[in-house]
Amino acid sequence: MTATQDPGVATPTAEIGRDRRRKEDQRLITGRTRWTDNLTLPGMLHLAMVRSPFPHARIASIDTSAAKQSTNVVAVYTGADLAESQGACINAWPVVTDQVTPDHLPMPADRVAFAGETVAVVVARSAAEARDAAELVEVEYDELPAALDLKEAAAADSDNGVLAHPDLGTNVSAVWTFDSAEAGTGSDVEEAIAQAREDGIVIEREYRQQRLIPAFMEPRSVVVDPTGEQITMWSATQIPHILRFALAATTGVPESKIRVIAPDVGGGFGGKLQQTPEEMIAFAVARMLGKPVKFTETRSESLMTAHHGRDQWQRLTLAATKDGTVTGLKVDLLADLGAYVAIVGGGVPVLGAFMFNAIYKFPAYRFTTRNILTNKTWTDAYRGAGRPEATYAVERLMDELAAELGVDPLEVREKNWIKHDEFPFTTVAGMEYDSGNYEAATARAKEMIGYDELRAEQRERRERGDRVQLGIGVSTFTEMCGLAPSRILGQLNYGAGGWEHAEVRMLATGKVEVVTGASAHGQGHETAFSQIVADRLGVPFEDVEVLHGDTQVSHKGLDTYGSRSLVVGGEALVRAVDKVIEKARPIAAHLLEASIDDLEFAQGSFTVRGTDQGLPITEIATAVFASHNLPDGVESSLDSEATYDPVNFNFPHGTHLCAVEVDTETGQIKMRKYACCDDIGNIINPLIVAGQVHGGLVQGIAQALWEEAVYDENGTLVTGSFVDYLLPTAADTISFDIDHTTSPSTTNTLGTKGVGEAGTIASTPAVVNAVVDAIRHLGVNDIQMPCTPERVWRAIHSRSDGGGETAGAAAPHFDPSTGMSGTVDRAEGGAQ
Amino acid sequence: MTRINLTVDGQQVADDVEPRMLLVQYLRERLGKTGTVIGCDTSNCGACTVHLDGTSVKSCNVLAVQADGSEITTIEGLAQNGRLHPVQEAFRECHGLQCGFCTPGMIMQSIDLLNNNPHPSEEAIRLGLEGNLCRCTGYHNIVKAVQHAAEATSSQHAEGVGA
Repeated sequence: MTATQDPGVATPTAEIGRDRRRKEDQRLITGRTRWTDNLTLPGMLHLAMVRSPFPHARIASIDTSAAKQSTNVVAVYTGADLAESQGACINAWPVVTDQVTPDHLPMPADRVAFAGETVAVVVARSAAEARDAAELVEVEYDELPAALDLKEAAAADSDNGVLAHPDLGTNVSAVWTFDSAEAGTGSDVEEAIAQAREDGIVIEREYRQQRLIPAFMEPRSVVVDPTGEQITMWSATQIPHILRFALAATTGVPESKIRVIAPDVGGGFGGKLQQTPEEMIAFAVARMLGKPVKFTETRSESLMTAHHGRDQWQRLTLAATKDGTVTGLKVDLLADLGAYVAIVGGGVPVLGAFMFNAIYKFPAYRFTTRNILTNKTWTDAYRGAGRPEATYAVERLMDELAAELGVDPLEVREKNWIKHDEFPFTTVAGMEYDSGNYEAATARAKEMIGYDELRAEQRERRERGDRVQLGIGVSTFTEMCGLAPSRILGQLNYGAGGWEHAEVRMLATGKVEVVTGASAHGQGHETAFSQIVADRLGVPFEDVEVLHGDTQVSHKGLDTYGSRSLVVGGEALVRAVDKVIEKARPIAAHLLEASIDDLEFAQGSFTVRGTDQGLPITEIATAVFASHNLPDGVESSLDSEATYDPVNFNFPHGTHLCAVEVDTETGQIKMRKYACCDDIGNIINPLIVAGQVHGGLVQGIAQALWEEAVYDENGTLVTGSFVDYLLPTAADTISFDIDHTTSPSTTNTLGTKGVGEAGTIASTPAVVNAVVDAIRHLGVNDIQMPCTPERVWRAIHSRSDGGGETAGAAAPHFDPSTGMSGTVDRAEGGAQ
Repeated sequence: MTRINLTVDGQQVADDVEPRMLLVQYLRERLGKTGTVIGCDTSNCGACTVHLDGTSVKSCNVLAVQADGSEITTIEGLAQNGRLHPVQEAFRECHGLQCGFCTPGMIMQSIDLLNNNPHPSEEAIRLGLEGNLCRCTGYHNIVKAVQHAAEATSSQHAEGVGA
């Protein structure tokens, strides 16, 4: 059993737990920012990309002559011109050893595999002139059939159907399986399902995870300056260190000759966790011309070509006994990778494998993903990466089980979840959950939203047949944070580790510089890390300067994603601070003329036990700077570094409750209230945490209600601008009621858990469960996301029209001959 | 090329510009006012919002030549003598920003909103900011920041009257 603190007992120490206003904000609210696109260098040239309008085509010819003659155009390059210099886009996670991985050149010379792929680049003195000239590049394409539909692509082979990459002979990039019986973490799921078919309950459903676009607010931008000893790249990226590695590994330029800087970066959400073709092209062009170059994408280019997220079909089978005890879970995914296997694209569904069982004690579990190549934009991590998909599926299924049993959705969850006194708990997926208290979080969330009153109102509205029906959605989620223990990554065939690095520099004037390998893009590292150092080192918050996002300053790091910065990077920082204190200890003993064993360190000072003698560590830093009087054999520096490799993930959780009103005549959904109680362990800065939760919630709600990347039958992205891709606005959303329970993580010194992705992972099923809950009595048990008014209306009315056996309802059983359920989408009316 | 004369953040400027040049390009590329940013190409996101003669406009939707003779205020011209504008202060106080990319536009639009309606309801704030997209905050703390600024401004006024 792990401890869950009474909120009244958790007294914040000096800095940790305090609502510090962010250090980052001063420059951001005054416009004194350092976005990549703000940079101007002497003689800098601008790039414009020529992109394929076709999803799959051979490049027959490219005529660049008119473009080259255009005003102020310096050069035009095609894939053939860059063949030797452009490097390649890497896949860092071949999920199986025989993964089928198409070559991914930044600019292909002979064939394009998705609409938006770059076929030529124009270099001009201004961005406008480059773009004008790009219009003059004449490209002749021979169109090829395109693999666009995920299910059709999965079923295709060389003889039947369309292949995204005909030379590969298949669209199946990888099949990855986890089986609890084989792994020894549980029993056989087929037996569990067979048993349940005899005397229990079997729930079979097929759910769709629609394709989403991360849609960070700052368009991607890259500047490359080749005019020094090092080639310097500024990029709007989440991963400056990984990017530097990839540049070196694929171009042959020594890593030591490359410096990557991620200055202020305007959001990422996974969308900037990529080594992009545009970065590689800019790097190649700058080297070829010996001139600084800049490329900044338009929003339309961003939506079309920056990697997308989600995009799965999920076939799910849940087995339970008649009293609602779960006995097995089988998951079969089709995951759309798009045209290429992105840097961790194939691994995203695999990350979900460990989370479908969620907080429930399934004794048997089997997970399979088939990763499929199509001629659409590549997919990769998007906030949550694998875990939202898993959480959505299991939380929807638990509601279906509750409906089958005729009990409250929270009752069936509580019956099956891991009890507070059972932590640490090893799951059927082989993960060891560190701590948690689902009972406490759920009790608090119910109280916050007024659960019982809402249920009473729901009954009342149903009884009087109100046009507006009330639904209450539940999501009792958990997730795995802190990517990642390197040993586990190795077992999963990932190409790199999961450690993080930190450095603490004690300056002569008593100030402290902290260097972290985590690279923030809105999360507030500068503030939160200052709080940690201020407390542990006993120096003022204001005296700590956090440096990051520049490989020359931060020479070692694995960047920011997977809710890792605090739980991995923060732990590295704690260890670096502790090394500083230990290096200072013999010097303090020497200067205080005391035995080292008599020294205590607290609140920034060494004191001699039993005396009033003391010495601040900042004064020791000054003494070390002078080095006039150090003990023999002691290094003239307190500066310390630490690299920390986590031994385990950590597992935040929470109970999210959502109340929606559904107008049964129009299908309109109105969110009335959203309350959540998350447990993310100890909190460094509650203000920043609240911001992460709010923003996460809206991204998850947006998946439930509004967002979807849609391609037409020609492979054209028809949601290619902010007119068509529906990001929620302030007017679409509500204010949230959030709170926390605190079960400190046992996997790091600070007792913290990740929070960056929690809201997004939790909220999507809470909202869809609420919508379905509102109209379940009308015969609806599923609505495909996003739950648009049209889809809701069709779900309600196709049922009352009597069309089909269970229109608006997911299929009860799969057809074993096709493996497809076929009826799941009837609420769709064929529209997608 | 067309000659324009205008005032930007209190500074008189004159330039020859291409008629097709957008105001936001003029601010960023000619004046180096990179505090104002470009987030889209369809005038949906509002990141480039500035004030033109005291009213908020999306500067990607105004040609530089249309600003001839006008007074422009950008995010960089708000703080006076090192003192933040109350709305800037409120965004920091309420954690109304994360990555900060939408923030210049969001602050400029919030000021315009409060100029027109010093005591807005939550609904009025949400409707008034509908043309500005934020991907980080979920808008919760942006709404709070505008409410906070409204309260701070009215209490300042009250103090002023009292004195």
